[in-house]
Amino acid sequence: MTDATDLEELRRGTDLVKRGFAKMQKGGVIMDVVNREQARIAEDVGAVAVMSLEAVPADIRKRGGVARMADPADVEEIIDEVSVPVMGKSRIGHTKEAEILEATGVDMIDESEVLTPADDRFHIDKRDFTAPFVCGARNLGEALRRIDEGAAMIRTKGEAGTGDVNQAVHHQRNIKGAIRGLAGKSHEEREEWARENDAPADLVHETAEMGRLPVVNFAAGGIATPADAALMMHHGCDGIFVGSGIFGAENPEAMGTAIVEAVNNWDDPDRLAEIATNVGEGMQGDANAGLPEEEKLQGRGV
Amino acid sequence: MSIEAGVVAVQGDVSEHAAAVRRAARSHGEDATVTEIRTAGHVQDCDLLLLPGGESTAISRHLQREGIAAEIRAHVDAGKPVLATCAGLIVASADANDDRVTELDIVDVTIQRNAFGRQKDSFEAPLEVDGLDDPFPAVFIRAPVIDGVGDAEVLAEWDGRPVAVRDGPVVGTSFHPELTDDCRIHDLAFFESAVAP
Repeated sequence: MTDATDLEELRRGTDLVKRGFAKMQKGGVIMDVVNREQARIAEDVGAVAVMSLEAVPADIRKRGGVARMADPADVEEIIDEVSVPVMGKSRIGHTKEAEILEATGVDMIDESEVLTPADDRFHIDKRDFTAPFVCGARNLGEALRRIDEGAAMIRTKGEAGTGDVNQAVHHQRNIKGAIRGLAGKSHEEREEWARENDAPADLVHETAEMGRLPVVNFAAGGIATPADAALMMHHGCDGIFVGSGIFGAENPEAMGTAIVEAVNNWDDPDRLAEIATNVGEGMQGDANAGLPEEEKLQGRGV
Repeated sequence: MSIEAGVVAVQGDVSEHAAAVRRAARSHGEDATVTEIRTAGHVQDCDLLLLPGGESTAISRHLQREGIAAEIRAHVDAGKPVLATCAGLIVASADANDDRVTELDIVDVTIQRNAFGRQKDSFEAPLEVDGLDDPFPAVFIRAPVIDGVGDAEVLAEWDGRPVAVRDGPVVGTSFHPELTDDCRIHDLAFFESAVAP
């Protein structure tokens, strides 16, 4: 046994450590929870992490008004309850909410359009934080801007709280399609693409060479059933966030278990058929198509 | 002949382990064919196994439910090598001190989960490892600590606590050797041991 390891060389909050944390969530389901009882159920049904917030997106939609970060006492209660990582949502551009969440001890911060944006021009400078961030995106340019600001994970924005998966599919197809498009482009065409899409050129080149986003890419927004979760895995997502879809369902335990198993077995239709049987009613939901532009959350923070 | 490598692919950083074992094989002039193991019936075809990082509660639940756990124990009983990292080590241990995890009991260690703290306490650092000439770039993410070592041999310590062990054909680390391009731990687990395929 050698003991020459130098403890002074330890480094926290590096890109490797932040992006590495996100990689450990791959193939998993991250569930929205508003209290310790829900957190317990989420962990028991196999969530890889929980997102603590004050109200699920469907309720935020109904309630209206300004949506803010959760009370740190409620977040702490959830941290004490479960052994899986706990995430928290801050408003877009609200550096202080993010600092409070980091101090509270959350493992990842979601700078989320589901809450009311605090800054209409800038997102949080996420590079300054030790905690990793996840951010939403509707297309590749938006995803790369967030990564440039320091995001360690990207999720589709979808249209949160609707129970309608079509916008998550749309955003994921945008991102994947754009990455495929970059593969056929020359160096100068990629530079041009970067200018036209307000994306940092170095990240455009890196993405083109990797053939995928340089960070983990989850699906979020409107996922309400095991089949929805499997669909997003089919579209190449690394994992799934479920917001209102679990605790808005008739039987959260059955729905949660089924969504976790659907992500494990997304490419096996026979298993999916078993998994999707007898899970109870899903959340009621609102079709995106009928939603007025001003009520959509996805346009917040581009 | 190519090496059949199985990556337990319930959840976690599966593709990183697949890439790392391919790199390690290539550096020995061999090819590794990677099988992602999500259902029973595949472990017996594998020369070596990888248990990735991720969430140990989710991974252990799936291994038991799908009947993969017993297959992994049979693999180890046959003397075939395994590398278990972070959550993989928790699942592989004799005792994870947590009712939510059903252990495989293939490495004779006991574990404290999240012993280094939460994500903000996660870190990277160069680590001296027995059998390696230069320090290894170790990445610790909500890492577990090995708090009791039975028959296992300690390969590395951080701050006086074991963070890498070998127990027969199984190597376990509380850090993530799959997150960097350095594949020396995969090497140590699969290509320099007496049980290499």
